[in-house]
Order: sequence, then structure tokens, then C-alpha cells
Amino acid sequence: MSALIECEDIWKVYRVGDVEVQALRGLTLTIERGEFVAIMGSSGSGKSTLMNVLGCLDQPTKGRYRFGGTDIGSLRPDQLADIRNRQIGFVFQSFNLIPRTSALENAQLPLFYRGLSLKEQRAEASAALQRVGLSGREHHFPTQLSGGQQQRVAIARALVTAPSLLLADEPTGNLDTQSSREIMKILEDLNREGITIILVTHETDVAAYAHREIVIKDGQILSDRVTGARKQVEV
Amino acid sequence: MLAFVWLTVTTALRILGRNRLRAGLTMLGIVIGVGAVIAMVGIGEGAKLAVQKQIATMGTNVIILWPGATTVSGVRGGQGGAVTLTVADALDLKKKIPLLADTGWAKRDVMQIVNGNRNWNGTINGVSPSYLTIRDWSFTSGGPFTQADLESAARVALVGQTVVENLFEPGEEPVGATIRIKNVPFRVIGVLAPKGQSAQGSDQDDVIFIPFTTAERKVFGTPFLGSVGALFASTDRVEDLPEAVEQIREVVRARHRLQSDQADDFTVRTQVDIGKVQEGTSETLTMMLFAIASVSLLVGGIGIMNILLVSVTERTREIGVRMAVGAKRRHIVMQFLIEAMTLSLFGGALGIVFGVVGAKLTTIIAGWPTIISGQIIVVAFFFSLAVGLFFGLYPANKAARLNPIDALRYE
Repeated sequence: MSALIECEDIWKVYRVGDVEVQALRGLTLTIERGEFVAIMGSSGSGKSTLMNVLGCLDQPTKGRYRFGGTDIGSLRPDQLADIRNRQIGFVFQSFNLIPRTSALENAQLPLFYRGLSLKEQRAEASAALQRVGLSGREHHFPTQLSGGQQQRVAIARALVTAPSLLLADEPTGNLDTQSSREIMKILEDLNREGITIILVTHETDVAAYAHREIVIKDGQILSDRVTGARKQVEV
Repeated sequence: MLAFVWLTVTTALRILGRNRLRAGLTMLGIVIGVGAVIAMVGIGEGAKLAVQKQIATMGTNVIILWPGATTVSGVRGGQGGAVTLTVADALDLKKKIPLLADTGWAKRDVMQIVNGNRNWNGTINGVSPSYLTIRDWSFTSGGPFTQADLESAARVALVGQTVVENLFEPGEEPVGATIRIKNVPFRVIGVLAPKGQSAQGSDQDDVIFIPFTTAERKVFGTPFLGSVGALFASTDRVEDLPEAVEQIREVVRARHRLQSDQADDFTVRTQVDIGKVQEGTSETLTMMLFAIASVSLLVGGIGIMNILLVSVTERTREIGVRMAVGAKRRHIVMQFLIEAMTLSLFGGALGIVFGVVGAKLTTIIAGWPTIISGQIIVVAFFFSLAVGLFFGLYPANKAARLNPIDALRYE
């Protein structure tokens, strides 16, 4: 089986007014299934751009990006949406839950766009909420939940489609130490079950949960090293 | 798909419910627009029916001929200025045109009528008995005069309701009474059933009918015997009217010895023509009201578009999240379109209620007849749906075209 992520000399160039910004400059990267990777770098290093490209939210200007063997560069927006819907789960720093919408309905969202029946959506979403330890909170609104709980709803939403990749962008950035630890514990467990996790962070103690650490600088990989024993799981 | 639509509708309702005042104000334009359309069309239709009823009081399948205008040394006499139509024309028309069920004639003048110590200035009509049947006059008591009365120039009269009210004591029986017209005594032999206002707005019940010959010889003092104020004819079927008019013109032109290059010295109108003019008036009115209502619907639609654009901006992040978890463009478009249509449909439904109530109130307060057809309600419903769809498209597309990355970053 091919690697989950194969980046070959990818460039991302923006144009801001008259200024050309080269956010990614010929970056090459391979991530296997089941890995737990931390991407680090200072702001402006291009790590957010890389994350957008890896998450199929954006397409590279140049170079080839294959996700699960599919060339992403040639896909249309709706096809990208399909890949995000079925294979990628997102966890954001600011949780990004839909306001005034219950935890259950937030977790249902990807299945809603997949077109499952209401019954299936509810069953899967409650299972995902249970998985992150939120049974009994299904009908709470985001404002009625703590930061840690909101992030767990977001993880449930990312999990509900059984994705092959979970992209977490500073998932603990808005949380206290205790909640951070809980969230990272959940991510660790998910990785142990076989889900590939890419974690974007600038906190070294959060990055320590990963087994591989990639440092980005000026749109290129500065260092790429294995930091922990990768728990091999048959997939 | 069904689950998608259902959830989108409930989501839309919840989002609108978050901001009830805003949603209500946005709907107001549609409410007023649809309400105005329903009420206006209801009033317009009611007016049209009233006109149709008035036209029907003229009689059934009636053709009317007036003498034409004369020109004396360049001074035009106006319609009826000439005495070109005669009783002989009427009799000849009936003989020569089998299409005609009957022909009648009439001549009118306003004169003082006296009964005891009461008097009244009413319109005296000298008519043929056939005129009464052509114009569908019926009686509340007594009956019409006869051909024999016409031939003998009998001094008998038929009185309309307005005349009865002004000339007789309440409770006094007019039939059998003697009234004087220009000092000539007449015996009242019939009271006419009321017809109300004519299509032109005149009181059709302020009328006295006497035999044509009596009027000519004993009351009006006509210089040309046999000249009439107007000729009347009727056909059995309404479809025959145009053909009958053509034949009448031919016969009358021949009788008047008009050359082919000369214009008619008379005017022919059918009941249908007169009805068309009246309906045209009320249709113009309806169209004008409809235009006003449409403008208000347009304003309502723009209101919806405006509030949706605000909503798209406010919910940019939410749109970004939805896109990130796999919403396609059509999902986002649908969501905003359904929100727009929910607004416009609620507004439309409220507008229908207000319109129907408004029309009914108009009937109760102003006494105008109104007709609310099921058809206009269905049209209003779909129209408001269309307004939502049309004005929702731009904001919905704007939302769907957002770049997910920018949307997620939006503060």
C-alpha cells in the first residue's frame, strides 16, 4: 500500500497586491499510514499553508501532492470536499463548532453532507461523542460546554466519518494544561487505533506526544526526525 | 436527500429564530407586498363583477343605434344631433334581418310629473312595447303596455322605483293612480322592478315609460313624426351580435341612401362593446394596483437579499467549517436559498392572511364588493417563493464561492 501522503517538490505562491509570497518552496514529504507527526515552525514559516494543502483545503501552485494515491492537484472543489468529508478530520485551535447547535448536531455535520439518513447520523454521532467521553452531553450547546469539552466535540466531529487522517491545528492552543493533557491523550489513543495524525503546534511539550517531528522554515523542511517509537498497527 | 432538506429547513428555522425581530422586519416587505396584491386584486375582481352585473341590467344581447352627428356650416351637432333614425328603420330592420329577435325604439325627455300636490322632474321615455322586453324590464306590480296601447296612443304610464319614491306617499299604491305629465293625465298601469345604477353611473330607476306614439303626439311635440332617440335590437345568441351589427349597418345605410364614400350617419354599439369599455377601466385600475404591489414585493425581496448578505458575512467562519467537513458548493447554496425561501414563504403566508382580512374589511367598512379567488392565493404563494429564490441566489452564491481557508480564518 502506498504512503498516505506524498508531497513532491510542492510550491505555494500567493500574490498579495504586487508582492509575491512564496509560502512553500519545493517541499518534499512522505507520511505513512499510522504515523503521528508534529509539524513545528514559527509563524510565517509556511506550516499553516502546508497544513491547508495536506488537508485538501488548498491546492499547491506547483508540484505533486498525492493523498492516498490520488493526485489532489487535478481535483475540482467538489471532489476536494468529498475527500475532506470521507478521509480527513479537522481539529482547530478555536474549536470552530457551529454556534447554537447541539454537540450531537455538530458531530453529525460531516455525515449530514455525506447524505446519510438522520437515524444513521444520530447513531454514529452519539458513538463518536461517547468515544471522546461526552455521553450525556449530546444536547448541550457549545456555550454550555467548557473549552476542553468543546474541543472533544470537535474531535468527535472529526472522528465520525472514520477518517484516515486527522489534522489538528494547535488543538491545545486555547486550553489549560489539564484539558490539553486530556485532548492529547485522546489523540494518542486514536493514533494507537490506526488513525494517522498530523499535529501543527509550536509547543514542544505537545509535540512530544508525536513520534516524528518536522520543523518548517521559509517554506522548506528544516529538520525531520523520529522522536519516539512508532506504535506499529496492522491496517 | 430528504434528510438533507429536512435538516436544512430546521437549521434555517433555528437560524431565523435566533433573530426573530430581524427576520420579522425582513419579512415585512413581503407581507405588505403580498397583502397588497391579494387585497387589490380582490377589490379589482369585485369591481369587475359589479360592472358585469350592471352591464347585464341593460338586457340580453342588446344592440343600440344612435343617430349620428350632423354638421351644419361646420358646426357639428354632436351625437344624436340629427334625426336620422326612424320607427320605419326599426320595422324594416326586423323584417329584413332574421338574426334579430326583436327591434324597439325610444325617445326621451326630462319633464315635470305631478301627482296630487307632489311633483318630480323625471326622464320620460316614449318607447315601443318591444323595447321593454329587449331591455329586460320586469314589474313589481301591474304590467307593461301593449301594441294596442301604442297604436291608440293610450295615456298609460309605467313608473320606476325612484319616481315612485318621490311622487307617491309611502304605502300609496301607484298602479291605478293618475299622474300628469306636462298637464296630460296618465294612468299608471305598472311599477318597474329596480335595476340600480347603470354602467355609466346614472340611476336607471328614475324613469317613466309611456307609449312612443303618446309621447310623440301628446307630450314631446316632435317636429318630425317617427324620428327616434335610439333604436334597440336584440339577438337570441350573443355570438350573433357582430354579424347582426354588420347586417344592421348595411340595411340602415341602404335605407339612408349613403354612398360608399360617405360615413355612417348613425352609431351602433352592442352590449358587449359597452361592457368591454367598463371592464377595460377596471382592468386598468387592477393593473395599476398590481404594479404598486409589485414594487413593494420588489422592495421586500431586496430586504431579504440584504439581510442574507449580512448573514453570509456574519457566518463566514461557520461556512468555512461546513466546507472543511465536506459541504459542497450546492450544499451551501441550498442552505441560504432555503433560508431565503423560508423568509419569503412565511412573509407570503402572513401577507395572504392580511390581504384576505383587508379585503373583507374593505367590504364591511366601505361596502365595496371583493372577491378572493383560490387562484390568486396560489399565485401569491408561488410568487413569494419565487421572490425568495430570486433574491436568495446572489447571497447564496456569494457564500458558496468563499474560499474555505479564508472563511475559516475570518474574524
